[in-house]
Amino acid sequence: MTEHKQNRFLPYLREDRLPHIFCPGCGNGAIINAFLAAMEKAEMDFDNIAMVSGIGCSSRIPGYLKCDSLHTTHGRALSFATGLKTANKDLDVVVFTGDGDAASIGGNHLIHAARRNINLTVICINNNIYGMTGGQISPTSPKGSFGTTAPYGNQDTPFHLAELVAAAGASYSARWTTVQIENLVLSIKEGLKNPGFSFIEVATQCPTYFGRKNKLKTPTAMVAVMKANTVFKSAAERMKPKELEGKIVVGEFANTQKDEFTENIDKISVEKSGKRTLINSAYEAEL
Amino acid sequence: MRTEIRICGFGGQGIILAGIILGKSASLFDDKEAVQTQSYGPEARGGASKCEVVISDSTVDYPKVQSPDILVAMSNEALMKYIVDLKDGGTLIVDPGTTDVEDVKEFIEEHNIEVYEAPATKTATDEIGLKIVANIVMVGAITKITKVISKEAAIKAIEVSVPKGTEEKNIAAFEAGYALAD
Amino acid sequence: MSEEFFIQGNEACAKGAIAAGCRFFAGYPITPSTEIAETLARELPKVGGSFVQMEDEIASAGAIIGGSWGGAKSMTATSGPGISLMQENIGYAFMSETPIVIVDVQRGSPSTAQPTMAAQGDMMQARWGSHGDYEPIALSPSSVQEFFDFTVKAFNLAEEYRVPVFVMADEVIGHMREKIVVDENIEIVPRKRPEKSDDFLPFENIENGTTPMPAFGDGFNIHVTGLTHDERGYPDTNNPETHDKLIQRICDKVLNNKDKICSLKAENCEGADIIIVSYGAPVRSVVEAMKRSDKKVGFIKIDTPWPFPDEKIAELTKDAKDILVVEMNLGQMYYEVDRACKRNSNVHLMGVIGGLLPTPDEILEQVDRLGGN
Repeated sequence: MTEHKQNRFLPYLREDRLPHIFCPGCGNGAIINAFLAAMEKAEMDFDNIAMVSGIGCSSRIPGYLKCDSLHTTHGRALSFATGLKTANKDLDVVVFTGDGDAASIGGNHLIHAARRNINLTVICINNNIYGMTGGQISPTSPKGSFGTTAPYGNQDTPFHLAELVAAAGASYSARWTTVQIENLVLSIKEGLKNPGFSFIEVATQCPTYFGRKNKLKTPTAMVAVMKANTVFKSAAERMKPKELEGKIVVGEFANTQKDEFTENIDKISVEKSGKRTLINSAYEAEL
Repeated sequence: MRTEIRICGFGGQGIILAGIILGKSASLFDDKEAVQTQSYGPEARGGASKCEVVISDSTVDYPKVQSPDILVAMSNEALMKYIVDLKDGGTLIVDPGTTDVEDVKEFIEEHNIEVYEAPATKTATDEIGLKIVANIVMVGAITKITKVISKEAAIKAIEVSVPKGTEEKNIAAFEAGYALAD
Repeated sequence: MSEEFFIQGNEACAKGAIAAGCRFFAGYPITPSTEIAETLARELPKVGGSFVQMEDEIASAGAIIGGSWGGAKSMTATSGPGISLMQENIGYAFMSETPIVIVDVQRGSPSTAQPTMAAQGDMMQARWGSHGDYEPIALSPSSVQEFFDFTVKAFNLAEEYRVPVFVMADEVIGHMREKIVVDENIEIVPRKRPEKSDDFLPFENIENGTTPMPAFGDGFNIHVTGLTHDERGYPDTNNPETHDKLIQRICDKVLNNKDKICSLKAENCEGADIIIVSYGAPVRSVVEAMKRSDKKVGFIKIDTPWPFPDEKIAELTKDAKDILVVEMNLGQMYYEVDRACKRNSNVHLMGVIGGLLPTPDEILEQVDRLGGN
């Protein structure tokens, strides 16, 4: 008889909210595990973490984690997170988002948050499709892939998010898939420790919608295809654009040090008022 | 008593600041009430600029100038455009260096306008050595001619309205303008 | 002790925000509100506050909600086009019971229309702009002093009821300069911090409807969502009872306190055949007109368009033959006045668009047309 072992991350979860709403075979569970493992490796204080998310399957993750969480409007998580982090610069703010949330409706906020290099850790779960609304194509859907709004195949060219965010000015940007969990954990750890905008894109499987619409009926089939299509960045640099079509390039796209947005605000505050910006001033009767 | 003042010229002359100083003098230092408004347009610098002030012994309710008692023109274009609103028997103050009252002679005669010439730009350039203080020279002239604000209040208002370090030059400009109307 | 300033309405608003304890502002440049952002960009760093210029108004509204949960009294300022963009996040603030202040310096509309001219075309957008049921609070200043005072009041109301509060100003009040007097002791309402307990419910169905609000980082592990949620904050979207209770509570906490929130000023209403109702900048023209009129004209100045003081207005106008609503749109609050008192009298609209404040003479013309004593 096998002993049923309790998941070691259970203390971080809001047990009163389980079971979760994610489909069987969804990558979100593995990514939550990767995040919590990275958080421990980075020696973060879990109680100091505040999570922000938008709308979509991935954005439901903060609702299951036992920390302060702000589940916002579609696409706007980074705007809310910018306000939260600026108002209280001591918080470690983590954003969970997806391809539709971050790159379509929230695309403008994504590039501006990256440009500001604001100290947020963004985990963008890219399943190439809208899961919550039932399988419509997203800005990262591969050309030719099928979705309920692309019954004849997607004609649009997809965004490459990690590269986009690096180009927009983020100090840390990386992409992995749910196949390379160890690399993913290390990247999230890097992101959590990086005092700037950190963007970790995770290519993941959505068997329910992307899989069914694209003749990849089981989670294992999806993972196998993802694995087969994965190319490390160092190898990709030697490949021709034609050879890279349909491939998932994994690795780090930015890892550098730059001025950070809220630090700059604090600097001006120190210069003009002699102190850092106030924290929790709303509760004070006199300022 | 309600006095409506319109100051006009072109952008960059400091028309707005002149109006603000009048309003500030009256409301903060003369124990009167004042409202200042201005026109906002998409025009770039150098376009028409207009600033209006209502000064009264009691509360100013309607804040806009409808028919000015005093018109101050620092450009000919503005003079031609705004003279028509001036009240019968009203006061017109012009900078002869930038306007030509001959162009509005007919209106002046028909409406019994009292005309004063205050060479603000020339005075600013020749006496202060700074063309940009022409607006403050004009404030001096307005103060002396119309008595709508007191000299003491005007000086206090200038001190708190101009950039730090330029107070002396600006007070000198005001005094020069005040002396023009002697 | 008090201090006097001769400043623009927009500067007074910024000053009022700082006096009220605002320490976070996020906004996007838009005429005719920009001086509020410019003033706060300069002044907030001097008092330990943060100023952020966001990429658009959607982001600005999102940022101030985040800022508020981050423990700072937060505000944005905009005009019509910006208020349109903010609406979804404003609805989120109602649903999540987030105190924020939204200043709208109204300009000619719809669309881009008249950026530098005055209007009052956003009054109904403040009321109904976001989707669904909610009860907004809005204040309309008609002087530079009131723009300062009402901004302070907006922050106090936002904290007291955990709601977004609108300050519905207009280009005239935003841009004109007049004297304001700032008292040394301004009453401000600090946010109430809940007591630490394991069973704390951040959205509890308590009797007065307003639960104390913890900040992120306080250790309450709160979950804040725009989805229909239970008292703990957890999503419960398919339960009709949960939704009904939640929405009723967030509406009732304002409606049940209407007597405390609503404010208006009435003059000469008793025995007047004609009563003028107005708010914001046109009030200035109405008061001037009344000074010049030899008739007995009553006047009601609405300080809080929302919640609309309908019972008070119905009472004040019950004996009047005619009611004239003066506003800078083609009829918005007019319909509210009509709803409040139509059984008693004739309600007429003087709706002025084009960007200029109605003149006292134009108002007198309307009064004369109506007759009266």
